[in-house]
Amino acid sequence: MAKKYVNTTINGDQHELLCDATQTLLDILRDELDMTGTKEGCGTGDCGACSVTMDGVLVCSCLVMGVEANGKSIETIEGMADGDDLHPLQQKFIDHIALQCGICTPGLLIASKALLSENPDPTEEEIRYWLAGNLCRCTGYHKVIEAVQDAAREMRGA
Amino acid sequence: MGRAPSPFATKIPYEEKDLKIIGSNPTARGDAVDKVTGRARYASDISLPGQLVGRVLRSPHARADILSIDTSDAEALPGVKAVVCRDDFPDMEVEHAASGELMVNFRDVTRNMMARENVLYDGHPVAAVAATSDAVAKQAMKLIKVNYKVLPHVIDVRDAMKPDAPILHEDQFTKGVDPKPDKPSNVAARMESKLGDIEKGFEDAEIIIEREFNTKPVHQGYIEPQASIANYTEGGIAEVWTGTQGHFVFRAQIAKLLKMDLSKVKVIPTELGGGFGGKNNVYLEPLAVVLSKKSNRPVKMVMDRDEVFRATGPTSGTNVKVKMGCTKDGSITAAQAELNYQSGAYAGSSLPLATITVFTRYDLENVSVVGHDVTTNRPKVAAYRAPGAPMVAFGVETVVDEMAEACGLDPIEFRLKNAAKEGTQTHFGPQLGPIGYIQTLERAKAHPHMQEKLGPNQGRGVASGFWFTLGAETSATVNIGEDGTATLIFGTVDVTGGSRSAFAMIVAEELGIPFEKVRTMSGDTSALGFNFMTAGSRGTAAGSMAAVTASRKAIARMCEIAARKWEVEPDQVVWEDGRARPAGANVGDFEPMTVAELAKEASWFGGTIAGHAEINVAQGGPGFGTHVVDVDVDRRTGAVKILRYTLIQDAGKAVYPEFIEGQFQGGAVQGIGTALNEEYIYNDKGVLENPGFLDYRVPVASDVPFINTEIVEVPNPDHPYGIRGVGEVPIIPPLPAIANAIHDAVGIRLRDHPMSPPKVLKALKEQMIVEAAAQGTAAE
Repeated sequence: MAKKYVNTTINGDQHELLCDATQTLLDILRDELDMTGTKEGCGTGDCGACSVTMDGVLVCSCLVMGVEANGKSIETIEGMADGDDLHPLQQKFIDHIALQCGICTPGLLIASKALLSENPDPTEEEIRYWLAGNLCRCTGYHKVIEAVQDAAREMRGA
Repeated sequence: MGRAPSPFATKIPYEEKDLKIIGSNPTARGDAVDKVTGRARYASDISLPGQLVGRVLRSPHARADILSIDTSDAEALPGVKAVVCRDDFPDMEVEHAASGELMVNFRDVTRNMMARENVLYDGHPVAAVAATSDAVAKQAMKLIKVNYKVLPHVIDVRDAMKPDAPILHEDQFTKGVDPKPDKPSNVAARMESKLGDIEKGFEDAEIIIEREFNTKPVHQGYIEPQASIANYTEGGIAEVWTGTQGHFVFRAQIAKLLKMDLSKVKVIPTELGGGFGGKNNVYLEPLAVVLSKKSNRPVKMVMDRDEVFRATGPTSGTNVKVKMGCTKDGSITAAQAELNYQSGAYAGSSLPLATITVFTRYDLENVSVVGHDVTTNRPKVAAYRAPGAPMVAFGVETVVDEMAEACGLDPIEFRLKNAAKEGTQTHFGPQLGPIGYIQTLERAKAHPHMQEKLGPNQGRGVASGFWFTLGAETSATVNIGEDGTATLIFGTVDVTGGSRSAFAMIVAEELGIPFEKVRTMSGDTSALGFNFMTAGSRGTAAGSMAAVTASRKAIARMCEIAARKWEVEPDQVVWEDGRARPAGANVGDFEPMTVAELAKEASWFGGTIAGHAEINVAQGGPGFGTHVVDVDVDRRTGAVKILRYTLIQDAGKAVYPEFIEGQFQGGAVQGIGTALNEEYIYNDKGVLENPGFLDYRVPVASDVPFINTEIVEVPNPDHPYGIRGVGEVPIIPPLPAIANAIHDAVGIRLRDHPMSPPKVLKALKEQMIVEAAAQGTAAE
């Protein structure tokens, strides 16, 4: 099967690659570009561990074909911090112990960032429903919700 | 559990002292930055040059004999570098070993890893392939011809115990029955445990409640599927990177299964994406090693989610009968249980642990417990956070609720009246030492949660749980750098990221240096002596005993250096506030020396400073917890919503309190998932119908409220800082607490797990029929 040419921007950097028609965006990130920060928990869009944004829209990268990334701008966990400066969500996740094993954390952070860009002042219920697509088996979500609330406060300058 | 406690096991007496670091919440947790930036390396993130992709072909049948396996077409496919099946693995004799909280039998471990004579569950591995790409590996699997003779299967534990049930193992005769039975049985073992005189206990009872409960298997549901990468080199050395809860135990199992020397197997534990007991067993590792050996290339294997559900261990499905008696004023006089635990395809469920935990919250005189370990055509069960305990707590804690109601007592008062305490004789052997159970009940009673008003169809439930703290082999090294900073190499797997920081706090406390000056890192199997798994809530509790022991040896070495410099005897030097000091004025007038000063001079005075621990930690310091939950029951849909949740538990000493809260909250929410939604669903062919997160529904953020937590601290007397294990107790009470709350809300008693909407709705309808009939009778 002939490979397809894909030209995509990931965290601001342009990447050109040839990808198999059966490869997902997640496969491209992890297997072709060695960007393993995005995790695979299920491969069926149920767990949210592979969350990234594509042109600003939150998606499960396991449900996006690699060729669909052509001409798009992708943001992954690797692009969240600015050098040594963690994004407020990353810092608040650490401060609130919103992570334990950490496998769901990149997805939760990407999803939380997408939430706050749409809704800078979400209620607890809005956070819980927005993050309902991101499974976490360690924390029981308590400290995740607190971290997102606290980050939202800080980012609003409240 | 598994093994008898060693008389040479290490206990370090608890010492009350002012603590500078332990009990604080450090801001710089060792693992966190890498986890929020995506840089933490889990097993599937690791790649080696030239690696192949490994895949497992699995049985589509619940039970079948394997008549033949033909791999020739698969081997001929371009890009396929190795194919393995039963012929590539040596058969194993019956030999038992501890693998976490459960025991394994190598005869069965090899068969579970790769089927030999037969397949015994949907998902049972029958062959494995290594190929240049995933696509080629999948194509190759389609070319493997397995000739099966499909046989009748049995899924449910009660069906498997019937005399006419299909028998999984013709050579399995029920153990623990005298005389030895003459017919094979799915009941692998019968266990019995007794205290006092159960008959007299029931004679003394004024209220007797007898109930039967059934639970479905649930899965640990870690978000990271099993992943392993193996590199078998020409020198006959196997290196394995894997997600495991115990790399030393995995090394031992790989070596045993492949008949290799231990010294030729190196297991490197990667960051672990959740385990909860489910990563206590080898699945992919031996296959990856043999594929690597056969192909002369590194082989990486990652399970798909459906493979995780179909073929890695869930818990036991159970059938539990509980009969308890009490006096009218609420003193329990008798406690009896029959525990029927499904073990999956091979014997060895969590039954022994269930037997221990069943009634161990109460101070009882008369106890009788009988249990059966039952093989069925399901994946071999694995440990899952307090393995075996939630199911028996479902029975006992709801019967206790019924007894309290019958006595007209508040459920907490009833428990207080019967609570286990220091000196309580357990039915399984030891007397309990100082424990904090009563404190958890008192704190629950006083909690503001209890004052919250409940509306119509809302109810409140209470339940308690108990779990022990495992000890076992634990090794660690403290290295003092030339600059006076310390590095702890630990060999217990840090399953959630908390123990790394807890260990750093403990080493800093011991040495008297700042937390920031201690780095902790996991050592692979070549770095340390043997470490048992992180299981049985032992990670921080036992790991810290090794950290303390190693730190104290490093301190002794530093005192020796000071003695040499001061030209005095080592016993004339003491360690205080992070400094070596003369033991008294008569020793001489020497300026105390800090760790950094001693480290600088170490070379001259004999060499580098380090301390080692290779100890077997004594088991002890059990944990108790009490949960209170409020629910709202939707009478139209049967859906149960958790309104409020409060959890109080004895941690002995909370080294890292906010992290412990996180473990409490996580455990409670896993328990909520068990209670309300999670279950394995098999069709009539014995094929798992819900092997994915869409249909096996674990709790999501919108399903649960904030979980209130309180930590009780009753020090463990055998730990220098009083630490008890905390990880497992929180998952035990949710199932019965929610059942009790549902009863309080709408008056129904649910005894079939999970308490999902169809079950709740059915019970509500039955209640309406009963009530309507009663009204009809009254009208006549």
